[in-house]
Amino acid sequence: MQGFSTLFYKEILRFWKVSFQTVAAPVLTAVLYLLIFSHVLESHVEAYPGVRYTAFLIPGLAMMSMLQNAFANTSSSLIQSKITGNIVYILLPPLSHLEFFLAYVLAAVVRGLVVGSGVLAVTMWLAWPEFKYPLWILAFALLGSSVMAILGLIAGIWAEKFDQLAAFQNFIIVPLTFLSGVFYSIHSLPAFWLGVSHLNPVFYMIDGFRYGFFGASDVSPWLSLAVVSGTVVVLAAFTLQLLRTGYKLKH
Amino acid sequence: MSVAIRFSAVKKRFGELEALKGIDLEVREGEFFALLGPNGAGKTTLISVLGGLTQADSGKAEVLGSDVQRDYRAARRKVGIVPQELTFDPFFTVRETLQFQSGYFGLRRNHAWIDELLEQLGLASKADANMRSLSGGMKRRVMVAQALVHKPPVIVLDEPTAGVDVALRQTLWAFIQRLNGEGHTIVLTTHYLEEAETLCNRIAMLKQGELVALDDKAALMASHSARVLSLRLFPDVLPAALQPLLVSQEGGAYQLKLDDCGTLEAMLATLREAGVAVQDMEILKPDLESVFLDVMGRKRG
Repeated sequence: MQGFSTLFYKEILRFWKVSFQTVAAPVLTAVLYLLIFSHVLESHVEAYPGVRYTAFLIPGLAMMSMLQNAFANTSSSLIQSKITGNIVYILLPPLSHLEFFLAYVLAAVVRGLVVGSGVLAVTMWLAWPEFKYPLWILAFALLGSSVMAILGLIAGIWAEKFDQLAAFQNFIIVPLTFLSGVFYSIHSLPAFWLGVSHLNPVFYMIDGFRYGFFGASDVSPWLSLAVVSGTVVVLAAFTLQLLRTGYKLKH
Repeated sequence: MSVAIRFSAVKKRFGELEALKGIDLEVREGEFFALLGPNGAGKTTLISVLGGLTQADSGKAEVLGSDVQRDYRAARRKVGIVPQELTFDPFFTVRETLQFQSGYFGLRRNHAWIDELLEQLGLASKADANMRSLSGGMKRRVMVAQALVHKPPVIVLDEPTAGVDVALRQTLWAFIQRLNGEGHTIVLTTHYLEEAETLCNRIAMLKQGELVALDDKAALMASHSARVLSLRLFPDVLPAALQPLLVSQEGGAYQLKLDDCGTLEAMLATLREAGVAVQDMEILKPDLESVFLDVMGRKRG
C-alpha cells in the first residue's frame, strides 16, 4: 500500500499547496451565497417548522461546496496530468488500478471535508445549524464527496481538453447540485419537479446531510443512505472497469 | 547470458497506421543496446508497449521474464523508462518529485539513492527548486532521475539527449555508462548516431514498424558499408577504368568505393598508368551514419 499512500499524499499536497484557491475561495463563495440569500429570503421562507431559513441553508451550502470541490480535485488533477503528459509518471510505476482509484478519490474526499468544515466553521456564527446527529452528518459528507470525486475521475479520464471538462461540469454537475434542494425544500416544488428531484442522487446527499443537522428531512435518511451508497458502489465499479481497460489513459 | 527484454511478434495498429508489424527482438542482460530508426519508425511505440502505456494488439513483451501485461507489477519494478516528451508536475520541487516517484515504487526510505542521483546528475543545487523554475535541460535531468529512482535493472532512454547541451550529455553518458558497468541493461534511442556508435554494443534498426537490422555494432558496420577512398588528383581527371567505383565527387575530391584494402594497390597502379598524380589521399572508415542510411535505403551523401 506504499504506492497508494504516496499517491494519496501527493494529491493532498497538490491542493494544499494552493489552498488559498482550493479551500479559502470556495469557503468565501459559500459565505457570500449565505449572506445574500438569507438577507433576501430569511423572512419569506420557512422550509422546516421552527428552523430559520439561514440555518436551513447552511448544510445545503456546505454540502454543495464539498461536492463541487471533490469533483474539482480529481477532475482537474487528472486533466492537468493528461494534458501536460506527466500522467506517465503515475502509469509507469507498479500501481494497481485500485490504488490509483482510492488515492485520487480519497484525496478529493479530504478536500471536500476540509472545504465543508471551513464553510460550517464560518457560517455557524450566523445561524446555529443544531448538529443533532453528527454521525449522519459525517456519513453523508463522506459518501457525497465520494460520489463527486468518482464522477470527477470519470470526467478527467474521459475529457481530452479543458473545455470538455468544463462542459461536463457546467451541464451535468452544476445542474444536478443546484436542482437538488440546496436552496429550498423540494416539498415547495410543483408535483412534476418534485418527482424529477427524486431522480437526482444529489438530492439524497443534501437531504440526508441536512437530516443530521435538524433531525428533519424530505425523505427518510435511510432511503438517502441507500441511494447514495448505491451510487458510490455503481460508480466505483464502473470507474475501476475504465481503469482496468485503460480507457483513454492507455493506447 | 539471460534475456533482459523480449518482444515476441508484437503488433500494434493505430487506425490505418500499422505502427509495429510484428517485432521480434531480444536484448540481453548487461547490454548497451541502441534502437535506431527515423521518426515514425515505431521506436517510441515499442517502448510504450514495454512500459505498459500502450497495449499491443498481439504478441507479448517481457522484462526479465515478467510479462508486461499479465505480471505488470513485477515487470514495472524491473524497468525504468525516460520518456521522450519533456514533462513535469509544476506543483512540486525536484526532491518532492523524486520522493513521490520512489514511493509509487514502494520505496519510502530512499534518501541516500535520491541524494546520489541528484549529485550524479548535477541537480544537487536545484533539489528544493520548483520544477517550473528549471531550464529544459535541468527538467530532462530530473526525468532521468525519476526513471532511475527505483534502481531498475533495465533502463530505457527514449531520446534523452534531444535538445540538451553538451555538458549534460557528458554527465548523463558518464553516469549511464557507470550503471551499465555495474550490470544494468541499457536501451537507448537517439537521433545522434555518433552517440549510439560510441556507447552501444548492439544495434537494432526499425523502419516503418519493421525490424530491418539487428546485430553487434562491429558486425553491422562491417557488413553494411565499405570503406571509401578519397582522392585529389592532378590533373583533375579520373581515369575511365575507375569510374565504376565513383561514389561521389565533392570539392575536387573523388570518393571511390574501397571494398577491401587489397584493391588499393591496383587502383594506384591504374592512376599511374593514366599519368595522373595523387595530391592527397584519405581512407574514410564507415560510420554508423552511413550504415544507417544504407539500411534505410537511401543513397549516401
